[in-house]
Amino acid sequence: MYLQKFYDSIIRKVVNAVSNNAASEIVKIARKVSRPSALEYINHIFTGFIEFHGDRNFKDDKAVVGGIAMLDDMPVTVIGIQKGHSTEENIERNFGSPHPEGYRKALRLMKQAEKFNRPVITFINTSGAFCGVGAEERGQGEAIARNLLEMSTLKTPSISIVIGEGGSGGALALAVTDRVWMLENSVYSILSPEGFASILWKDASRSKEAAELMKITANDLLELGIIDKVIKEVPGGAQNDFAFTANLLKSKLRVELEELCAKDKETLLEERYQRFRKFGAFTE
Amino acid sequence: MNLFKKRKYLPVGNDGQSDTKKDGANEANTPSVPEGMYIKCPSCGQAIYKKSIGASKICPECAHYFRVSSKERVRMTADAGTFQEFDKKMEAKNPLNYPDYEKKIKTMQEKTGVSDAVVCGKCKIGGFDTVLCVMDSGFIMGSMGSVVGEKITRAFEFATKNKLPIIIFTASGGARMQEGIVSLMQMAKVSAAAARHSEDGNLYVTVLTDPTTGGVTASFAMLGDIILSEPKALIGFAGRRVIEQTIKQKLPDEFQTAEFLLEHGFVDKIVERDCMNNVLTEILRLHNPKGCERSE
Ligand SMILES: [Zn+2]
Repeated sequence: MYLQKFYDSIIRKVVNAVSNNAASEIVKIARKVSRPSALEYINHIFTGFIEFHGDRNFKDDKAVVGGIAMLDDMPVTVIGIQKGHSTEENIERNFGSPHPEGYRKALRLMKQAEKFNRPVITFINTSGAFCGVGAEERGQGEAIARNLLEMSTLKTPSISIVIGEGGSGGALALAVTDRVWMLENSVYSILSPEGFASILWKDASRSKEAAELMKITANDLLELGIIDKVIKEVPGGAQNDFAFTANLLKSKLRVELEELCAKDKETLLEERYQRFRKFGAFTE
Repeated sequence: MNLFKKRKYLPVGNDGQSDTKKDGANEANTPSVPEGMYIKCPSCGQAIYKKSIGASKICPECAHYFRVSSKERVRMTADAGTFQEFDKKMEAKNPLNYPDYEKKIKTMQEKTGVSDAVVCGKCKIGGFDTVLCVMDSGFIMGSMGSVVGEKITRAFEFATKNKLPIIIFTASGGARMQEGIVSLMQMAKVSAAAARHSEDGNLYVTVLTDPTTGGVTASFAMLGDIILSEPKALIGFAGRRVIEQTIKQKLPDEFQTAEFLLEHGFVDKIVERDCMNNVLTEILRLHNPKGCERSE
């Protein structure tokens, strides 16, 4: 009895310590090479996933995966930004930084989902859209912009989940959805804390301070109303008990999709518009 | 005709900064036209008698386009006396409690005479009614925070409601870093408003001016039905230095210029500053009335 109480209080302390993690600690967990990837969530949550490739214009970007699958008895379109668990895998996936053709592949699959009235679920894990010569030549800005515009009026329900890093426009390009969720140890930001510190303070070593200031953690963003739900992880991160987080996410997805699918299209689109319309801090 | 001096890709050392994505907000503020009788042309380096650059602010020696403020651009673009400004008093709050952000805003307001990095309103151009938004690179590098996002969103909504075309002159280093995630959300907000304007069959023209980069490029700048640009304007998503660090090479001069984007298919037409008003007028004329609905 006494021992049980003691044990509980320790557990509580550990749990609190985890949920009150410093933002810079969460950044570390979010970037862990062992952090479960988009394909792992897709394969665990859905059945019969068939991956589709290519943007029909230039090539198949391996940093973005997508296709169709079943969520229990519901056909859905799933899209993810894929990181690897090793250097080799990461080189193949371009470290999870998509090129324009990756965003265009995602958009192609979303328009396909719209045609067949399938909900769209996106898994986001990227430090940002790729910054390179080819990316600029092929219109990285245009590709992201097009996704923002098209997703805002996509006539089918959509949910995005940040599962690791949500880096700037490269993440937003898959996150203009009816619901935006984050795993507990994920981050979503305008740029990395290192980038923020080096641009604003000319000192990348102040990244810890930047991480605290920027409000990039799931709980901070829930409080700001930027996201709608935080999905729990076990202490230390989802890699320590992947099934726990994946099962939890699956059950939340089922409930939420039931609700979104019940709405008529006009309501769905108006609510999505207002969801993003309200963001801004100004006086007049 | 050799438009560019081709420069070879030269190897360059990776000199530090682990991650400096999206340059933007804090690059040196290039003043449009500073005080004094003479100004130094950043392109040819000559000291130019200020009056000789004329109303269009073009260097008489090398045809360099000086950056112009939002007020000057409105004067150059709208028919005289027709511009009615929207949301003139809107000011940024400080969503992250970023140290001294309010002070910075105040200083910029005093320096530029505008409340933030965009001026929006309705006006006539060549006699045609239109909504006009002009960004101001002199205000914290034309970065997009809540005020820029909200003003442009409202401008789109006004244009949608009144079935008007909208013309946006972009000039921006990207997102307003000091507003963090809230500035990122502006990209989605503005793009959604642009989508509704477009779905109703209204015309949207973007005019890209120097510089247009980062989050503005990755949202409304690239969403025009027609995308025009001033010659030699810098236009891109990622900052040049970030890419040079990634690929460990120096980039050629013409990389990310208006001419580069035209060649790669992302700009409809490059228009000289002196011709911009005429080209916009002709585009508005061609959309009023639309297509088969000819005038009586
Ligand atoms: Zn000159």
